[in-house]
Amino acid sequence: MNHLLSLITFFPLVGVIFILVTRGSEAVRATSARWVALAVTLINAALTIYMWSQFQGSTSAFQFVERAEWFGAGTGITYHVGVDGISMLFVVLTGLLMPFTILASWDSVKTRVPEYMIAFLALETLMVGVFTALDIFLFYVFFEGGLIPMFLIIGVWGGKRRVYASFKFFLYTLLGSLFMLLAMLWIYFTAGTADVETIIETVHFPVQAQYFLWFAFFASFAVKMPMWPVHTWLPDAHVEAPTAGSVILAAILLKMGGYGFLRFSLPMFASASEAFAPFIFVLSIIAIIYTSFVALAQEDMKKLIAYSSVAHMGFVTMGIFTLTQQGVEGGVFQMLSHGVVSAALFLCVGVIYDRMHTREIAAYGGLVNRMPLYAAFFMVFTLANIGLPGTSGFIGEFLTLLGAFHVETWVAIFAATGVVLSATYMLYLYWRVIFGDLVKPALQTIKDLSLREAAILAPLVVATIVMGVYPKFVFDITGTSVAHLIKQYHTAVAYDAGAVPTSVKLAERAP
Amino acid sequence: MLYAALVFLPIITAAIAGIFQKWLGARPSELLTTAGLFISLALSIYAFWDVALLGHSQIVPLWQWISSGDFTADWTVRVDTLTAVMLVVVTGISALVHLYSIGYMRDDPGRPRFFSYLSLFTFAMLMLVTANNFLQVFFGWEGVGLASYLLIGFWYKKPSANAAALKAFVVNRVGDFGFLLGILAIFWVFGTLDFDAVFKAAPMVAGKTFTFAGQQVDILTTICLLLFVGAMGKSAQIGLHTWLPDAMEGPTPVSALIHAATMVTAGVFLVCRASPLFELAPDALAFVTFIGATTAFFAASVGLFQNDIKRVIAYSTCSQLGYMFVAAGVSAYGAAMFHLFTHAFFKALLFLAAGAVIVALHHEQDMRKMGGLRKQLPFTYWMMLIGNLALTGVGIPLLGLGTAGFYSKDAIINAAYLSGTPMGRYAFTLTLLAVAMTSFYSWRQFLMTFHGRYRGEDHHAWEEGGQHHALKLEEVHEPARTMLVPLAVLAAGALIAGIAFVHVFIGDAVFWRGAVAIANGHHGTSKIPLLIELAPLLLTALGFGIAYFFYIVKPELPAQLAARKGLIYTFLYRKWYFDELYDFLFVRPAKALGRLLWKWGDGKIIDGLGPDGVAARVLDATRGAVKLQSGYVYHYAFAMLIGVVGLATWFMLGGR
Repeated sequence: MNHLLSLITFFPLVGVIFILVTRGSEAVRATSARWVALAVTLINAALTIYMWSQFQGSTSAFQFVERAEWFGAGTGITYHVGVDGISMLFVVLTGLLMPFTILASWDSVKTRVPEYMIAFLALETLMVGVFTALDIFLFYVFFEGGLIPMFLIIGVWGGKRRVYASFKFFLYTLLGSLFMLLAMLWIYFTAGTADVETIIETVHFPVQAQYFLWFAFFASFAVKMPMWPVHTWLPDAHVEAPTAGSVILAAILLKMGGYGFLRFSLPMFASASEAFAPFIFVLSIIAIIYTSFVALAQEDMKKLIAYSSVAHMGFVTMGIFTLTQQGVEGGVFQMLSHGVVSAALFLCVGVIYDRMHTREIAAYGGLVNRMPLYAAFFMVFTLANIGLPGTSGFIGEFLTLLGAFHVETWVAIFAATGVVLSATYMLYLYWRVIFGDLVKPALQTIKDLSLREAAILAPLVVATIVMGVYPKFVFDITGTSVAHLIKQYHTAVAYDAGAVPTSVKLAERAP
Repeated sequence: MLYAALVFLPIITAAIAGIFQKWLGARPSELLTTAGLFISLALSIYAFWDVALLGHSQIVPLWQWISSGDFTADWTVRVDTLTAVMLVVVTGISALVHLYSIGYMRDDPGRPRFFSYLSLFTFAMLMLVTANNFLQVFFGWEGVGLASYLLIGFWYKKPSANAAALKAFVVNRVGDFGFLLGILAIFWVFGTLDFDAVFKAAPMVAGKTFTFAGQQVDILTTICLLLFVGAMGKSAQIGLHTWLPDAMEGPTPVSALIHAATMVTAGVFLVCRASPLFELAPDALAFVTFIGATTAFFAASVGLFQNDIKRVIAYSTCSQLGYMFVAAGVSAYGAAMFHLFTHAFFKALLFLAAGAVIVALHHEQDMRKMGGLRKQLPFTYWMMLIGNLALTGVGIPLLGLGTAGFYSKDAIINAAYLSGTPMGRYAFTLTLLAVAMTSFYSWRQFLMTFHGRYRGEDHHAWEEGGQHHALKLEEVHEPARTMLVPLAVLAAGALIAGIAFVHVFIGDAVFWRGAVAIANGHHGTSKIPLLIELAPLLLTALGFGIAYFFYIVKPELPAQLAARKGLIYTFLYRKWYFDELYDFLFVRPAKALGRLLWKWGDGKIIDGLGPDGVAARVLDATRGAVKLQSGYVYHYAFAMLIGVVGLATWFMLGGR
């Protein structure tokens, strides 16, 4: 199958068409939309697993590559997709998580169900596209396009302050992206091509230019991560988003920034990445410590987990910019792990939100008395978020710290305080929600997980633990590509430092 | 494979008991986990015989854990003498505690969960001691921390239990922060985390320094100190000890297994395991000695006036762990492991005996409401007596005949004396003082519980509010037999473990086979003066005498003294004010800082200057024009879509 990636990318749109053409009463359309969405996402999940099974971890080359005319011959702008060891698992993560989000919305979304499902299916297409695009404009379209369904999901199916939240989300992300678009235009006009592989392998930007380009991309990726201090949209977006929206936001959308750094910033602007690494370290450390303290003070469950996400993404940026094998691989692993764990945590919050319609921590307490199964699941994800060895959360944290320790010991020392802080805020949350006596009158009849809910959470428990004790299956995929990326980076830095005038090189390349 | 089974059996039974608790019911869960543990114990005894006595050390690789670039860490079962000793201790005490718990937890509805946690703990502890690299130690290390957290908070309805559990985990994590940095530093320096490779390369690093914050710092000293910070957390050494007394909120079998015999000794195990590194870092060893000695003294002093029977034993544990670190600090690793070994017997015995008393009194732990229980609990009385004799190290010095503690504790005090360093002198002095205090608090506890007049029916002036059901003395009975059998086994150990093993543990390089570093010139090179040899016994007698005077001869005196609230009494009773200090220094500021950063940092500064400022203007502008309704959002989405399409169009036309 040489159109596998396109199939995975655009298959959800088939579901969209199905839902659009379905006629009938509102109830009928809602039911059919649910089933269509579930079927489509399940098939897509199977396709991503098939892709995984066919993927060769031994090479760093892009696989399942497709090229097609897009803007016309000679423009250098093409439909070019492919995956390597860095991007492949993100596609799998997206594909596998989508059915969970559909299932999680099964009963809790009651209004405008067909539109809701359409938004999610469109979102899947756009998210997969981000991770497979190998043309900067193709990437941009997917990257920005993803905003629209997410914006709708928050704005239409969100909570009370959804308008404020979607505004904030919109302002932040669009502002960041504008700079990136300008930088992309500059790259295109200078290099004469929009092809990612060609740019990385043959184009060398002058170091001065790299600084500007790096910052332009950084503006967009930092918002998406999100990095401190442009993180404040995230807690609001999470709080207002419906459960499934939060899941996708935390699990996939937050990974686009980190992925962007890996795909663009490091290989294209190597010298700038080297120069700004200390800057990233500082922001990462602040993110880890600052947001952990803020998480400690939260009274809203979703906000707490949102702030915790910012702290966890701090480890990712720190790891990536150590530019060591362990740091980068740890960063990738941390993103994948966080994709599973944060998704699970938001699903857990969703479970009790569906019952009580509040996210206030103070409204709960003693849930273990009536919800032992829920308590057990929540405990596993809490521990993974704390980074307990044996869960997926530990591997990424440890490797990023290992990388940081090599590069700048101080960074690792500060970041490692996150170990203490995360334990504090997560277990404090768990205590207030789960432990204690069940005294609140409203909670007296609360029910434990339904079969559907348990079936959603159980695979995530398995994933969390398997990734924790046998992470090798991930490293088998990522290892070679990360090593290649680091080699590219070092070659580029050496080139910039070398005698060859960069402008000459550029002139040769000009069309 | 045998050894892999030994390690993994408890996690399998724990998983079955935990996952299928609804279907299995309580009794099958108990039997399953307990049987699993006894099989592990049998295998451990075989391991001890084969590895420690016959010398067949083994390293069984399981599978690769992490592999990234030049970093690898594998799951391994390593069994050498050091591990074998720990295996016997861990599975032995754990099996007995499982058995005991069947009786102790008889009426608790959460039994399957309890036994599942106990076995989970045992698994983590076994992973810790069978590790072949520092990362697997860390896995076990955090795993036992988790099990400890779950078991301290086992009675989750009690707020005090939840608070204690959280505190235990967080304080341990502070120690783990150091341990983790130590592991990172080890990899940075040695390029591997495997024990043998690290220890082999260590001499080449000895004395080398690196620049940190403008200072030249010795590499190995730094690594050892970082590892020791982890050990301090897990083994509740002064500064990071505050969680251990609170951990007594957990059921008593848990206190015996985790917070006395096994988990808290993990720190000692770590120092012994890393002894080839510590041997090359004398400054770190001096620090270990200092902390150990200070803890031994400090915890014993706090134990003097506690009224909760379990807290007395908890502080005693803390203090005894200090002894072990003193031994390690003066390079007497054999003595440290020996005390760990004997202590496991008598301290588990003391806790389980205390548990028997607590159960007999329907969960009363305040010793002020006990007294005169000897007649009602004769068996427990004898068990507690043996435990106390072993803890206080009673024996006949010149004949070399005594209880378990006699051999191991005296070995530590002698090693401190012989070390000849200033820190050794300090440790020698403090541990001797602690001997007298140990004797006092042990016999005070014993006399308050079993001798004198039964005070359970008194009306208590000190009781705060709640009406406590007064239990009549006739209603007090010995608990179930499943609880008494483990006591008898442990008592036998407390009596003979010392004399049986003293010669193999101490100074026998053949027994250890390089599993711990044996420093040159520390053992048997010089004679110990008679007075030094007799001192511990004399001080023990002194402690007993004082306790006897206060609690038998003049039993009204302690309450009067307590009522006067003297300065020293209050200072000790309030545990040197550590909790108050930490609350002031860390807990409150952390909460305040969290709120400050949230409300001001995020709210006023970042949002105020950034999106809110802008958004407010935008909202102001649009509010007049567009009514707020759900369709409104579509407008914006549509605008964005047009934007994207517009850009694409612009490219197509103008881009080429």
